[in-house]
Amino acid sequence: MSETPRWASESFWKKVAIWVTAGSFLILVILTFDTLSQTTAGGERVRAYSVINQNIDYQMDEKLHKFMPIIGEEELLFGKKYTEEQAEALVTLGKKTTQAKNCMNCHTLLGNGAYYAPDLTKAWLDQGWLSTDLREDQMVRFLMDPEKNARTFGTGRKMPNLDITEEEAKGVVAFLKWMSAIDTNGFPYNFTTIEAEVE
Amino acid sequence: MSTTETSTSSLSGIKGKLNTFHSWSGVDNSTLNGGQKLAVKYFMAAVILFIFQILFGLLAAAQFLMPGLLYEILDFSVNRMVHINAMILWMLFGFMGCTYWLLEDESGTEIVGLKYGVLGYWVLMAAVTVVVLVYLLVQTGAGNDTTLWLINEGREYIEAPRWADIGIVIVVLIFFFNVVMTFSKGKWSGIAGVLTLDLVALAGLYLAGMFYMTNITHEQFWWWWVIHLWVEATWEVLVGVIMAWSLMTILGVSRKIVTTWLYIEVALMFGSGILGLGHHYFWIGTPEYWLTIGGFFSALEPIPLVAMVVHAVYDSGERSFKNMNHPAMAWLIAHAFGNFFGAGVWGFMHTLPQINLYTHGTQWSASHGHLAFFGAYATINIAFFYIAIQHWRGNVWMGGGSQNAWRWKWALGLLNMGVLGMTIALLIAGYEQSFIERAIGGSTWAGYFAAQTHPSFISAMQWRMFFGWMTAAGLGLLVWDLLTVGKGETRKAEVITQRD
Repeated sequence: MSETPRWASESFWKKVAIWVTAGSFLILVILTFDTLSQTTAGGERVRAYSVINQNIDYQMDEKLHKFMPIIGEEELLFGKKYTEEQAEALVTLGKKTTQAKNCMNCHTLLGNGAYYAPDLTKAWLDQGWLSTDLREDQMVRFLMDPEKNARTFGTGRKMPNLDITEEEAKGVVAFLKWMSAIDTNGFPYNFTTIEAEVE
Repeated sequence: MSTTETSTSSLSGIKGKLNTFHSWSGVDNSTLNGGQKLAVKYFMAAVILFIFQILFGLLAAAQFLMPGLLYEILDFSVNRMVHINAMILWMLFGFMGCTYWLLEDESGTEIVGLKYGVLGYWVLMAAVTVVVLVYLLVQTGAGNDTTLWLINEGREYIEAPRWADIGIVIVVLIFFFNVVMTFSKGKWSGIAGVLTLDLVALAGLYLAGMFYMTNITHEQFWWWWVIHLWVEATWEVLVGVIMAWSLMTILGVSRKIVTTWLYIEVALMFGSGILGLGHHYFWIGTPEYWLTIGGFFSALEPIPLVAMVVHAVYDSGERSFKNMNHPAMAWLIAHAFGNFFGAGVWGFMHTLPQINLYTHGTQWSASHGHLAFFGAYATINIAFFYIAIQHWRGNVWMGGGSQNAWRWKWALGLLNMGVLGMTIALLIAGYEQSFIERAIGGSTWAGYFAAQTHPSFISAMQWRMFFGWMTAAGLGLLVWDLLTVGKGETRKAEVITQRD
C-alpha cells in the first residue's frame, strides 16, 4: 500500500476542522451584530414598548405574500397613555411574570416552549376574547382567576391559579400586546384576528 | 458530641453504607484509577436523574389524557420542567463522567486536582437537590428578580435559578481546570485537543443564558445560543470524542483512524451546526435572511451524522464485530443510528422554513426532541455505563455467552422500541396539529383546541402513554442489569489488541 493520500490524512482534516469552525463562528458573530441592531426595541421589526398605546392588527400583505403586523391609530390600554419609560416598566413586569410563573412549560411564546396550552405570540389578537371592548378586562380577570374563568374548549385542560396579582396581570397583558406587534416573518400563518370579526 | 464528631461519624456511616453497597453489587474500587472513581459517582447520579426524567415524563404524558390529574398540586408545567431538566442534567453528568473516566488513560498521568473534582461533584449534587426541591415545593414566585434568582428563571431547558447558574459555572470551571491541567502535565492527543476546545465552547455558551432581557426577540436569540449550540454542535462533538475513544477501546480501531474521523466530524458538525442555528431564527422577530441561512445549513446537518453511522458500522464490520463488551457495542450502534434518525432525519423533516411555518411549536418538535435526545445522547451514555461497570466489576467477561444476557438485550429492545413508539405517536399528533390547527384553523386558539380534541390526536396521546410505559419498563430492566451484569463472572474480559 502506498502512503495515505493528503485528502485522507489526519493533518489535512485537522486544518479543515479548524478553518471551518473558525469561519462559521466568525460569520455567526457578524450576523449576530446585525440581527441585534435590527431587532432592538423601537425599530421596524420589534416595536417600541409604547406601541401598547396603539391599535395592533395582523393581516396578509399581498405584496410580500406573508402576514404582517399592522400598527394603527391610538388605542389606549387600561385607559391610560403610557410614556416610553412607563410602557417599558409595565412590559418588563409582564415579561418577568411570564418567567416567574413558568408560562413557557405549558404555552409557546413565538412558537417556543411546551405544547400543553395555546401559543401566546398573537394571544392579544385572538378571537377567543370575543370583542375588543371586553378584551383587556377579560384577560386580567382570567389571569387572576383562571379556574373560574376557564374556557377549556372541551379538553378539560385548565390553567392553574398562579397567584398573579392585578398589577402583574396588567403587565402580562401589556407584554402580550407588545409581543403581538413583533414582525415574525409571517408566523403564524393564516391567523384571523379579533379585529377581523369586528369589521 | 461536638459538631465535628457528629459530621465525622455521619460521614463514616455513609462510607459504611457505600462499602455494603459495593460488596453487594460486586464492584471493586481498586480496579479504578482516580478519575474513574469520580466518574462512577457521576454515572450513578446520572442514572438516578434518568429515573426522575422518566417518572415525570410519565406524569406529564398522563396529564394529556387526564387533565385533572394532580391539578394545582403538580401541574403539567412543573412535571414537564422536571422532565426536561433532569434529562439535560443526567446527560451532562454522563458526559462529565465519561471525560473523567478517560482522562487518566488518555493523558497518561494522574488527574491534577482530583480532590477539587470530588468537591465540585458534591457541590453540584447539593445544588441539584435544592433546585429540584424548590421546583417541586415552591414552583413559582412573584414577577420580580428575586424569583428569577432563587426559584425559577422560566426559560425552557435552562430554568435553573440564577444562583444555581453561578454554581454550575464554578463547578464546570473546576472540571475544565482538571481536564486542561491533566493533559498539559501528561500528553496531548487529537482526542484531547478536540475535547478541550469543545469544553471551552460548551462552558462559554452557558454564559449566554444568564441574563434577563425584556426584549423577547433578543432573549430568545441568546437562549438559542445555549440550547442549539449545545445540543446541535458542542454536545455532538463531545459524543464524537466519546465514540472515538470507545471504538478504540472496545473494538481496537487504530488511533489514527478514529482521530482522522473525529476531525472530519468536527468540520462537518460545526460547519453545518453553527450556522444551522438559523433554523431557530425563522419566527422570533429576527431578520428574513435567517430563513435562507438557517434552511440551507440545517439541511446539511444530517451529513456528519451519516458519516458517524458509516464510521461506526464500517469499523465494527471490518473487525467482524469482535469486541470485548457486547452491551456497550450494541448501544454504540444504537447511538449511531439513533443520532442519524433522531437528530438528522427527524430534524431535517421539518427544518425548511416552508414547512416549519406550519410545524413550529407543534408536537412535531416533541417528536423530534424525543428521538434526538435519546438517539444521540442517552444511548452513548448508556454505552459508557456498560464500559464503566465492566471495569468496576474487575474487567470481567461481557462477550458472547454472558450470564443473564437477556436482560441487557431486552432493556435495549424495550428502551429503543419505547422511544421510537413515542416518537411516531407524537409525529402523528404533530401532523394532525399542522393540518387542523395551522393550515385549516389559522393558528388561533379555537384552531389549537380543535386539533387537541381531534380523535387522531387523542389516540396518538394514548399510544404515546403506552410507549412511555414501555420505555419505563426498559429503564427498570436497564437499572437491574447495571446492578447485576457480570456479577459473579469469573472469566476476564477478552483482550482486544489495538491496530496501528
